[in-house]
Amino acid sequence: MSTETTPWAPVCALDDIPLLGSRVVRADSGDIALFRTDGDVVFAVHDKCPHKGGPLSQGIVHGHTVTCPLHGWKIQLESGEAVAPDVGCARRFDVKVEHGQVWLRT
Amino acid sequence: MEKKRLVMVGNGMAGCRTLEELLKIAPDMYDITVFGAEPHPNYNRILLSPVLAGEMTIQDIILNDRDWYRDNGITLHTGRRIVKLDRVARKVIADDGSEASYDRLLLATGSNPFILPVPGKDLPGVIAYRDIADTDAMIEAAATRRHAVVIGAGLLGLEAANGLALRGMQVTVVHIGAWIMERQLDKPSADMLQASLERKGLTFLLEKQTESLIAGSDGRVSAIRFKSGETIPADLVVMAAGIRPNTALAESAGLHCNRGIVVNDTLQTFDPKIYAVGECVNHRGIAYGLVAPLFEQAKVCANHLAQYGIGTYKGSVTSTKLKVTGIDVFSAGNFMGGPGCDDIVLHDPAGGVYKKLVLEGDRLVGACLYGDTADGAWYFQLIKDGQDIHELRDHLMFGQNHLGDVGHKGQTQAAAMPDTAEVCGCNGVCKGSIVKAIKEQGLFTLDDVRKHTKASSSCGSCTGLVEQILASCIGGAYTPADSSSKALCGCTDLNHGEVRAAIRERHLIDIPSVMRELKWKTPNGCASCRPALNYYLISTWPHEAKDDPQSRFINERAHANIQKDGTYSVVPRMWGGLTTPDELRAIADAAEKYKVPTVKVTGGQRIDLLGVKKDDLPAMWADFAKAGMVSGHAYGKSLRTVKTCVGAEHCRFGTQLSMSMGVKLEKMLFGMWSPHKVKLAVSGCPRNCAEAGIKDVGVIGVESGYELYVAGNGGIKTEVAQFFCKVGSDEEVMEYAGAFLQLYREEGYYLERTVHYVERVGLDHVKGKVVEDADNRRALYERLLFALQDYKDPWLERAEAEAKSELGREFRSIAIKQAMKA
Repeated sequence: MSTETTPWAPVCALDDIPLLGSRVVRADSGDIALFRTDGDVVFAVHDKCPHKGGPLSQGIVHGHTVTCPLHGWKIQLESGEAVAPDVGCARRFDVKVEHGQVWLRT
Repeated sequence: MEKKRLVMVGNGMAGCRTLEELLKIAPDMYDITVFGAEPHPNYNRILLSPVLAGEMTIQDIILNDRDWYRDNGITLHTGRRIVKLDRVARKVIADDGSEASYDRLLLATGSNPFILPVPGKDLPGVIAYRDIADTDAMIEAAATRRHAVVIGAGLLGLEAANGLALRGMQVTVVHIGAWIMERQLDKPSADMLQASLERKGLTFLLEKQTESLIAGSDGRVSAIRFKSGETIPADLVVMAAGIRPNTALAESAGLHCNRGIVVNDTLQTFDPKIYAVGECVNHRGIAYGLVAPLFEQAKVCANHLAQYGIGTYKGSVTSTKLKVTGIDVFSAGNFMGGPGCDDIVLHDPAGGVYKKLVLEGDRLVGACLYGDTADGAWYFQLIKDGQDIHELRDHLMFGQNHLGDVGHKGQTQAAAMPDTAEVCGCNGVCKGSIVKAIKEQGLFTLDDVRKHTKASSSCGSCTGLVEQILASCIGGAYTPADSSSKALCGCTDLNHGEVRAAIRERHLIDIPSVMRELKWKTPNGCASCRPALNYYLISTWPHEAKDDPQSRFINERAHANIQKDGTYSVVPRMWGGLTTPDELRAIADAAEKYKVPTVKVTGGQRIDLLGVKKDDLPAMWADFAKAGMVSGHAYGKSLRTVKTCVGAEHCRFGTQLSMSMGVKLEKMLFGMWSPHKVKLAVSGCPRNCAEAGIKDVGVIGVESGYELYVAGNGGIKTEVAQFFCKVGSDEEVMEYAGAFLQLYREEGYYLERTVHYVERVGLDHVKGKVVEDADNRRALYERLLFALQDYKDPWLERAEAEAKSELGREFRSIAIKQAMKA
């Protein structure tokens, strides 16, 4: 999980992420999916579905949830947890938006 | 504000379901108190039979354990019977003297077994079969006694008899009727069931009326005497002769009852503060005994308790699909037939299959199935819809065959499958896992099973089998899904047809306004409804509604097919399956340049490049554009391919120029979005080398013109296309095929293939609009051409888009190192 010592890194502008869409950030630890939900809340989750590793960034975003494009698992963006009855968790990352700039802590 | 007090009398399935529904929509509205006469929390009464048979324990069938009540702040009093209802003081009084006051009261008192009013009915050893205590008494008796008599050969009676026999008793089933289960079966099917049960060791005495029960020397029941004078030994007598709504409390309080507590369409009794649900209720003259209608009642009642004030219960059409001791049985409607009815009957005693369909004119009005119930849900739908079946009549008996051809070894009878047999070939789910999930998780619907096990959640070809398994596990609780009224998804109560109509009538052109106008329950829908809405909008209002990429499945957003490892496959279009050395060179160059690991020839006569990285897509497309190649839409709910044979251009048998016809069709339909994928084929002669017989539109050249076939399918379930019409010229092929596809685009539900669309609306309807009505055909054709005009190749558009633009950024990832510097 994110530790306090890792610094915040600016990644992109909020408007670079489509509303109800996502962008992929290539990080050393693997791809991270940035999601922009209705109401401009941004979440960051490891871009790998806990089911069979599908790229969550390619899914459809609805509410604070993304549906994986491969087999339709629903992942809650706040926690990275799969929606029951599926069980599994994608790692989440700290992310914040300040003055239209998105910051990520990997 | 102080919470209102809701008191529920009765702690069974209907009542607790009402509370669950209420807590979902108004969790903080009430302080809830529940009184249950039994010492147990809510359990699944239908599963008492497996408990009796020793297949499950009481713990297995608990639906809501005590933690559930506690976690939801519900005060639960078990083992306390409410003896008085004081409507003036608005309180109930229990048998131990305790009281509870209410603002709203929910009566869910269920039903009582009907006890025959014969001498000896109160003797020890005479019991009903209704609750856990009865079940325990039977299990205990089976351990020490020998002769059991079950009175009543309904479902409950037969299950009791089967359970007792499994526990080693000699069981005789006594029935007043001329055959067993006369409310669910006709005589031939009942005789088959009886014969099968006799082979398991049960004895039947039909048309016998009980005169009295006789006590033995120990004061327990020891024998049963019939009016015919006969006497047989009986150490245990189980009364299973039906149930009666339990209205004693309601009646004592002066509530209007008439074979059930009378309620209106909101489940309110004649006292507006008192609601009632479940088997104790009489709604529009009917007291329901199956769980499915009771759950519908629960939903409506909860809505009104929550003061939402919407939703009414209008009654349920019920069917019985159940398993009697391992044998699938289904019946619905008027399965007995009678004057003015025709029966279609298939009777195979040795094979253990019996099917009877009852027709009145051109309508199916009843069905009774024994042994093979795979088509029960379909027949039920036809009965409920009152659909004209004259076209189907000659093959109605053989069923819809909605089971796919493959993936489950051709099995069509779930009961015959062992637990280890694979039911869902897509997700590798075997029968045992499904059964286990249904029992352990307390699942009641097909959707539940799909969510929990994934069975039938991919291609859906095993749906019929899963439904059978569900029916056999939960018995009368299962009602086949009603496809025509089924909501589009959990975000709305409206079905596809209603949503389409609203988009057209109210001239809605974007998703937010659809959701606002139609009162969507979720802020921005879900992955099921958004793509459907997007399609409905762009197909209803072409060039006006704006396509929403975020509401498209990734394949249609990225214009390539996502693969299991997150890479994509790219299929350039080859018009009519024709290509050139230049195009092949461009494909070979691209495959090398972008290190494509797999190059494959597809079934649609073109070439697939598999394993392309998403970031490489725009550059690859730009290269293809230079060679004059465009997207093949191999990824879309859209026109896929027009497959052609060589035709009269080269073939010595060819009668028509099938390649050129195919190219013309494909060019016309380029960029056509549709409810589901659409495939065409053109063959130059009836030898049909292009396999036009299994395409959405198949064109077959003959000497005098072309024959058109529609609604074929080569996928999950092979469906042969049906003859549509014969035309003389290429122009007519384009017009008729175009008009048919436009009608499908306008009337089809999202993700409904042409075969299912035509099955739903009927081929006559489609012919009427396209073949027989020339004006309408031309209007449809015009609308198709209008929708398709100015369509740009999506690959070129994206290859040319700026990296930062809406189209371009889809394919660009952000590098974190670069981000750190910024």
